[in-house]
Amino acid sequence: MITVQHIHKTFRVVKRGKGAKAALASLFHREYKEVHALDDVSFHIGDGEIVGYIGPNGAGKSTTIKVMSGILVPDAGACEIMGFTPWKQRRDYVKHIGVVFGQRTQLWWDVPIADSFDLLKDVYKIPADSYRQTLNLLTETLDLAEFLHTPLRQVSLGQRMRAEIAASLLHSPQILFLDEPTIGLDAVSKLAVRKFIKTINAERKLTVILTTHDQNDIEALTDRILLIGKGKILHDGSMAAIKQRFDRRRTLTVTFAQHETPVVLAGADLASWSGERAVYRLDTDQTTVSAALSDLGRELNILDMTSESTPVEEIIAGLYQEHGI
Amino acid sequence: MRQYAALFKMRLIAGFQYRAAAWAGVATQFAFGFVFILTYDAFYRSSAQEPPMPWEDLVTYLWLQQAFLAIIMLWWQDGELLSGITDGHVAYELCRPYDMYAVWYARLVALRLSSVLLRCGPILIITVFLPARWRMHLPAGPKAAALFLLSLALSLLLVAAVSMFVYILTFITLSPVGARLIIGIASEFLQGSVIPIPLMPKPLQQVLNFFPFRYAVDLPFRLYSGNIAGSDALVQLGIQLAWVVGLVLLGYWAFGRVLKKVVIQGG
Repeated sequence: MITVQHIHKTFRVVKRGKGAKAALASLFHREYKEVHALDDVSFHIGDGEIVGYIGPNGAGKSTTIKVMSGILVPDAGACEIMGFTPWKQRRDYVKHIGVVFGQRTQLWWDVPIADSFDLLKDVYKIPADSYRQTLNLLTETLDLAEFLHTPLRQVSLGQRMRAEIAASLLHSPQILFLDEPTIGLDAVSKLAVRKFIKTINAERKLTVILTTHDQNDIEALTDRILLIGKGKILHDGSMAAIKQRFDRRRTLTVTFAQHETPVVLAGADLASWSGERAVYRLDTDQTTVSAALSDLGRELNILDMTSESTPVEEIIAGLYQEHGI
Repeated sequence: MRQYAALFKMRLIAGFQYRAAAWAGVATQFAFGFVFILTYDAFYRSSAQEPPMPWEDLVTYLWLQQAFLAIIMLWWQDGELLSGITDGHVAYELCRPYDMYAVWYARLVALRLSSVLLRCGPILIITVFLPARWRMHLPAGPKAAALFLLSLALSLLLVAAVSMFVYILTFITLSPVGARLIIGIASEFLQGSVIPIPLMPKPLQQVLNFFPFRYAVDLPFRLYSGNIAGSDALVQLGIQLAWVVGLVLLGYWAFGRVLKKVVIQGG
């Protein structure tokens, strides 16, 4: 369905020192720095997959999405999606995809959301019957009815995002690109959006590619992850595999009934001890969370515990240092 | 065609959303109309020789200018589209299966049309009943009225075609200020919005014939009062139409070129 091969994209960014002198000099002579936004990116995505595309800011996520949605022309490489090359057959191709850029809106600010939808119906030349069907389905599953006739500027962010997602699905696309669909949403709206993505993927066999900084999005939605950093694909596989491969540290926090003497665990560092709360750092090569807990359980009356792994973004930051990129 | 008609309708709906703005606009236009008339009144009264434009024609010209301001003012542009270019919002536009030039052109026409439909009525009706010295006169005849309407419609298309260059330049410079300011201010003078062209020196009038701007304001308003009539009127309408076609073709080509180089940065 989607094949991306050896895509390169380089941006030229003006480089100049700070201060008035440098600003003046740059009027006459400009130095440019080349930024490799995408550096030999290749992957394949099958029909009906949900793929999480993650990486820190500036890693090349959005650039890839823009190349795949036909907005940006890469410098080199091939991309074939449903038989189209996005940037060459843009007008024919975009009928088959839906795009949501979480930080921008595609709906009209001043008019009721329903009017924006009607406009999209005409833009995509959707037959009246199937439009009504799709709209009913979306209204129901995304719970749009209560604000469908309100101007966009008067709805909340969570409502807006639901409307945005609905807007990108009105023409029944086969692929949905979501660029940070849960940015700025509260927990309830996030759950609603995730649930909806899951449902529509299962029911319509829709291929979904999403970028996000929210690890919970990834865990709730997808098994497959493309991890990108500095324009290179660093990992293609499951979240668990990434953690296994790149992250062997866990932070274990326990609270317990008063116990004055610190308990020392083999294979774990004691980071802090307060008499009723302790933080350990484990290395999963040397011990496991379960072993540590059972050791602690013999000494302490544990009231509560949390085990945290390193956030993906930090893993990637670590990778950057490791590889010196 | 359906796509463009739908966008056109959408822009009309959005334009009609702001009634207060329309009423405020009407009030402003009245105020400006009176100020202009008072100014010219002073000039005309103190003039030693007969001015080249009869007083009645001048007053009519000034009121028409106020009534149809939304059609002719070039410094006024679609802020949503302009900010869309600079903040990267056009990303969405690029994922739509339509011709962007045609759609944006339709939007610009609709923006001006919705605004003028809301505002011109009260001005046209009230100014006809003002005291003699302030009064706007009716068209010189049915033929003049027909030519005026035709020419005004072409003005709308012409102004939208010129406006498209503001957007094209904004794609390149990434700031809407420069393009809007230069095209806006230059056109104000060149189209006869600051001083009616018949009041300008003859050599300057000759020069202005080589620019498209004159045909957006000077021509329709003088057709109305019969100041331009007969075969000359038809020739000038032909030139106006040629400008519309030429600028649309040039704009279409230039728009396609800047779109290929668009870079949308960030999130």
